[in-house]
Amino acid sequence: MTPHSLLFDSDSDGKSPSIQARVTSFAIALLALSVVLFAAFYVLQYQWNWSSVFRYKAKFLQGWLATLGISSISLIFSFLVGTIATVCYRSRFLPLKYLANLYVELIRGTPLLVQIYLFFYVIANAADIQNRYLVGVLIMAIFSGAYISEIFRAGIEGVGRSQLLSAKAIGFSEYQTFRYVIAPQALRSSLPALAGQTANLIKDSSLLSIIAISEFTLNAQEVNAFTYSSFESFFPLALGYLALTLPIMRLSRILEKRLRFDT
Amino acid sequence: MNLRFENVTMRYGQQSALDDFSLSVDKVRCVALIGPSGGGKSTTLRLLAGLEIPSSGSIQINGTEIGLSEPQRLAYRKRIGVVFQAFNLFPHFDALTNVALPLEKVHGYSLSASIEKAESILDQFQLSEHRFKKPAELSGGQNQRVAIARALAPDPDTIFLDEPTSALDPEMTAEVLDAIEKLIEAQKDLVIATHQMGLARHAADQIAIIAEGKLVETGPAAQVIENPQSPRSQKFLGACLNF
Repeated sequence: MTPHSLLFDSDSDGKSPSIQARVTSFAIALLALSVVLFAAFYVLQYQWNWSSVFRYKAKFLQGWLATLGISSISLIFSFLVGTIATVCYRSRFLPLKYLANLYVELIRGTPLLVQIYLFFYVIANAADIQNRYLVGVLIMAIFSGAYISEIFRAGIEGVGRSQLLSAKAIGFSEYQTFRYVIAPQALRSSLPALAGQTANLIKDSSLLSIIAISEFTLNAQEVNAFTYSSFESFFPLALGYLALTLPIMRLSRILEKRLRFDT
Repeated sequence: MNLRFENVTMRYGQQSALDDFSLSVDKVRCVALIGPSGGGKSTTLRLLAGLEIPSSGSIQINGTEIGLSEPQRLAYRKRIGVVFQAFNLFPHFDALTNVALPLEKVHGYSLSASIEKAESILDQFQLSEHRFKKPAELSGGQNQRVAIARALAPDPDTIFLDEPTSALDPEMTAEVLDAIEKLIEAQKDLVIATHQMGLARHAADQIAIIAEGKLVETGPAAQVIENPQSPRSQKFLGACLNF
């Protein structure tokens, strides 16, 4: 094993690098990143105080669980919202189609922060929704639903014309064509993007902290305030999100690979 | 089988695929449509299969007009079979499901009866060992044979084949020609758009040469191939026979 083979990918032979090469190179990348971080904090002359933050570990856990719960429920609802929006978009009744289109464009075109404020102070107030966790879940479902609808739409439009012609020739009705030909293929090709969107939903839920929903980010901010520290609680915060998003992004990669082999 | 096209025009935007096209075919088993690519063969076939509606004109098959309303055309499509150049199998289903699903969902078979029927049809085409493979795991020739099995399974009277061998190498072409032979043995009425002169001469009772959206010439297969009358068909057939 030469140093060269530990650090360089062999020419495009399609094989992934050896385990030693991967471990060594990953360690170097991680080390480089750490050096930059340490240097930055060294310049700041920052006094670390981990023990005070450590005392609040139960609060971190509670916040993390809240984020996990809010994200999970929002995810289910956002699939529902996304599906409904997609169905509306495909409707032949034009007002419904335009409504779906408007929804997707407005949500995708404005910052989540603005949506949270508007929804919380205007719509939720007007509709007299008292429970702010319910409001949070609704906001995330509506926000993420627009993106999911867009993913479904791309998946459906990606089903080849020859497939539709074939379904027609076989004598499938419109519903059967959707049920047996379009939906399974669209869903398969959407899976990697859907996994990615799930990771986004988890991260984006951190913004719910601004309407005092006691999720992971708000709890971390509170710990910072209690302990007069400024950075210590952000590290566990980052790690907590990574614990959720890394496996999902990994899954997304695997799905992408599998999709490539299938077609 | 009787076919009648009366002044059929088919426009896609500005482009005319068929231009005032008329064709009459009486009491034949197998018709071959030949002619240059882009000349209107596939359009003729898609119109016959009720997959598209002509811009104008009328199309009759066995004395009945192919309906203009979608429910009429859906009912018509359930009674015919179609085989496409690119097979058009469903990539997410294995060969068996590709054949069995239409039987169950469109033709009212029970699940077990549809599978039984699909297995026996796949067996006829020597595809039994491949029945659990998906299209991506099968060769082009095998895929086209599955597609032919799918078209034959509901026992339609008429099967339309759109250049069934054009995407295949000579070996696979031979496999598919054997499969088409089985359709003829099963006494099915066939309309085949093809560049395969051997297939046209051997299988077809009547040939129609279509070019530039018009019928150039039609008549008994041997007569049209050996002694074409119009200059346009002489040119096309000359090119076919030279190479």
